[in-house]
Amino acid sequence: MDVFEKLKILTGAAKYDVACTSSGVDRSSGGVGVGNSTACGICHSFSADGRCISLLKILMTNYCIYNCSYCVNRRTNDIQRAAFTPRELADLTMNFYKRNYIEGLFLSSGIIRNPDYTCEQIIATLEILRNEYGFKGYIHAKAIPGASAELLHKLGVLADRMSVNIELPSQKSLQLLAPDKSKENILAPMGVIRDKIRENTTDLVRYNHAPKFAPAGQSTQMIVGATPDTDYQILNLTESLYNKYKLKRVFFSAYMPIGDNPLLPSKDTKPPLLREHRLYQADWLLRFYGFKASELLDEKHQNFNPLVDPKCSWALSHLDQFPVDVNTAEYETLLRVPGIGVNSARRIIIARRSCLLRFEHLKKLGVVLKRAQYFITCSGKITEGLKITEDIIIRNMITQSGMRFADELIQSGGYSQLSLFNDNTKVTAGDVMKCLSGQM
Amino acid sequence: MLERSNVVYVYDGTYYGLMCCVFESFYSHEIPCAIVADSAQQLSMLPPKFIETDTDKAHRVMRSIPNKISAKAEELVKLCFLSQLDDKELLILDFLKKGYKYGARVVYMLADDTVNKISKAVKNLTNEAHHFKGFVRFKVYDDMMFSQIEPKNYVLPLIKHHFCDRFPNESFVIYDKTHCQALVYKPYSSAIIQVDKVDLDEPDETEMKYQQLWRDYYNAIAIEQRYNPRCRMTHLPKRFWGDMTEFQSPSKLISKQKAES
Repeated sequence: MDVFEKLKILTGAAKYDVACTSSGVDRSSGGVGVGNSTACGICHSFSADGRCISLLKILMTNYCIYNCSYCVNRRTNDIQRAAFTPRELADLTMNFYKRNYIEGLFLSSGIIRNPDYTCEQIIATLEILRNEYGFKGYIHAKAIPGASAELLHKLGVLADRMSVNIELPSQKSLQLLAPDKSKENILAPMGVIRDKIRENTTDLVRYNHAPKFAPAGQSTQMIVGATPDTDYQILNLTESLYNKYKLKRVFFSAYMPIGDNPLLPSKDTKPPLLREHRLYQADWLLRFYGFKASELLDEKHQNFNPLVDPKCSWALSHLDQFPVDVNTAEYETLLRVPGIGVNSARRIIIARRSCLLRFEHLKKLGVVLKRAQYFITCSGKITEGLKITEDIIIRNMITQSGMRFADELIQSGGYSQLSLFNDNTKVTAGDVMKCLSGQM
Repeated sequence: MLERSNVVYVYDGTYYGLMCCVFESFYSHEIPCAIVADSAQQLSMLPPKFIETDTDKAHRVMRSIPNKISAKAEELVKLCFLSQLDDKELLILDFLKKGYKYGARVVYMLADDTVNKISKAVKNLTNEAHHFKGFVRFKVYDDMMFSQIEPKNYVLPLIKHHFCDRFPNESFVIYDKTHCQALVYKPYSSAIIQVDKVDLDEPDETEMKYQQLWRDYYNAIAIEQRYNPRCRMTHLPKRFWGDMTEFQSPSKLISKQKAES
């Protein structure tokens, strides 16, 4: 099999891994070898599905001894199999990197023979890259669950970021769909990586040249929509992963129906892209906006509202905390206003030092007034002629993606699909009609 | 008090030249209604005033910026000069005027029109420069690597360090077709020079092989059920596609090069 064939097969098998970020490390080539890394990460292209291509995302092999029902590479799936040698993969990476196609390598693998052997193959590739070719670009390596701690350590010294995929958000779903894996089996390497990173930071204080262990931290990924787990469960798990395991990122991937397994959604189910989008919005709120998972969802409201984003949804149910005045409110308070993001909040803080801000200034600073105007005042004044009723606010809060969702819903002739998103959504079907009647 | 006068400053298009325009404006107590670079063909009914580039005068203005305003203001002015803004010269003059009046805090007056326009232009420039760190595509030849880009702003000075640091032991050229400039690097020195035209040989078979491998990878990595051309267009507008390997068909590339030679 030639390298063209292998590339196609092993890329196709790797594409369901979401992470393609190259952020977290600043490293200069120092004039030797090839490559450097930028802390903010660099996107090199965008594929037809709109996702960023930053790394050569590929599998060592798609042979696998496991049989996880949700995975294309499961043992019983009848697909073409292939495997790269470490040398082939290292050469491909160097040649792509030199042409500036990629920022580095994201290497994962199906499990061949046993976890240790698989991990050794990955290590062999990275050793050629780092030691022989002097590669200083970004490397993201998948920590193979079940591999020995010693191998994980070796891997972490070679890679910038490591990840272990949780895939299914609850033990019950895991038992059902991935009988070869267990919660402990997945969380154990995550804990090892966390402890090594922690150890490493104290080492670095003691010896300047201690080898860095996974300097860009670790991440994970969860499949959304393959199991009945709710947004509430997923978001709580996400929050505890950030807190307990110090993860840099948690990624979500809308489930793409791939098999006829009766335990999984049928093949003609559409991937829940909007739900995935809402989860990412909430993830941002956790990481950059100072929100807690318990503020966004609770036992009664287990799923996000498809029509409005999570921050709007929070603001609408906390109208008593608004309006806030842009000339006096604290940064943290400004961040909670729909239509004001991290950048515009920072600009407001800077700009208001030299003059009292008015609404026309806010527009220049990048505030989305269409949404923000209902929640703010400028030195005590609201926008001239603005009518504030709950109806009007909700209508203006509906996002474009929410609009499209509602459109599709009406075209498909019923609200039965709402059950996809669980019927606990805060705005009922009747409300949707009421909100939309003004615009349609 | 400075007054707006019916005069157009014409300078040589360099940063030093612009600094002399600033000097002239203060010296003769007038604000021109336009400042244009020599090369820019401009039809105007107004009398042009040719501003000689004088290193001494330029240095006096350049020294005054960090001294009387701030280092941050200096950086902003230098970056703004590389931006694609049409009236950047006049904006810089106005910005400096305000800077001398208000001091260091001028860079934080984001609600002010001039400051706002300048910081947006600089943002646009640095964003585009960041994009090109990723979107540059090298073709590898025997003794050097070549890349062509068509940016709106003058991004070469901003991406120079990144690429020189990334490939310290390679020789490469990044050719900015829009502004007819090229970043040339040979271990271990670099320069940005004026280049009018570039003639390319056909790359060899190995290069063609990796281009095809990259196109195969690009096509294989997308998930069909998530096809979303609008999202791709937002992140990667069509104006970048022309110079990117993944959007070139192999046959077209070869025929195009044949036509050029």
